[in-house]
Amino acid sequence: MWYYEKKLQYPVRVSTCNPTLAKYLIEQYGGADGELAAALRYLNQRYTIPDQVIGLLNDIGTEEFAHLEMIATMVYKLTKDATPEQLKAAGLGAHYVNHGKSLYFENAGGESFTVAHIQSKGDPVADLYEDIAAEEKARSTYQWIINLSDDQGLNDSLGFLREREIVHSQRFREAVELIKEDRTEKKVF
Amino acid sequence: MPTYRKWFYPFISPFDPCPPLTPVSYETPVQLYLGFQPAGMEQFSPVQALAHGTLWPGLYTPYTNPYLEKRREV
Repeated sequence: MWYYEKKLQYPVRVSTCNPTLAKYLIEQYGGADGELAAALRYLNQRYTIPDQVIGLLNDIGTEEFAHLEMIATMVYKLTKDATPEQLKAAGLGAHYVNHGKSLYFENAGGESFTVAHIQSKGDPVADLYEDIAAEEKARSTYQWIINLSDDQGLNDSLGFLREREIVHSQRFREAVELIKEDRTEKKVF
Repeated sequence: MPTYRKWFYPFISPFDPCPPLTPVSYETPVQLYLGFQPAGMEQFSPVQALAHGTLWPGLYTPYTNPYLEKRREV
């Protein structure tokens, strides 16, 4: 079970009215390498992963939902006061027709989220390597969004999220070391 | 200390349609080099940790837009 804390993991400040950024950010909301995909992937894989690393997948999967919430806040702030014309100019006309101003799990190109984006192989090494790759892909998505955005406040929050991808990747790499270790072997230092 | 950004010069053809935008950069953050995190690494204060996105200075690898430093060679 989960406890909910009614605050964001890191503050989200959007300093410019630029709905186009919402279109880019939605990639991290409902894209193949986005936060939803990450959360679902880890929280699902944790059942069949070796017991030393179940807790890691649980913790990181939970944190991904906190990131999802930050992205949702950014997108909401960028679109809530936009006119339909502004949304159209930002490339969100089709989104507006289908979903109004509500958020939707889709990528920057408007394709709906599908679980076919994520894998659960049941092989610990295959799963953890996929998780490392997922973190690196999410890290690069943040980099490309930062390159496209000149909103300092937003880029600060995105920098925080990118750093979390680095820490997660590091932890998954350590998880691989943990599960491949031969625990029956005596080590002399 | 490894560097966290690398650069390379791709082949430039005299028939390229656009002026070259080189060198090309890519990120090589700290997790590629650290291995298993050693015990007793230095820590940020809680407030600093929140601002940096990590408790560990040794894991902090910030990002800046590399295009800001680039000049197109015309």
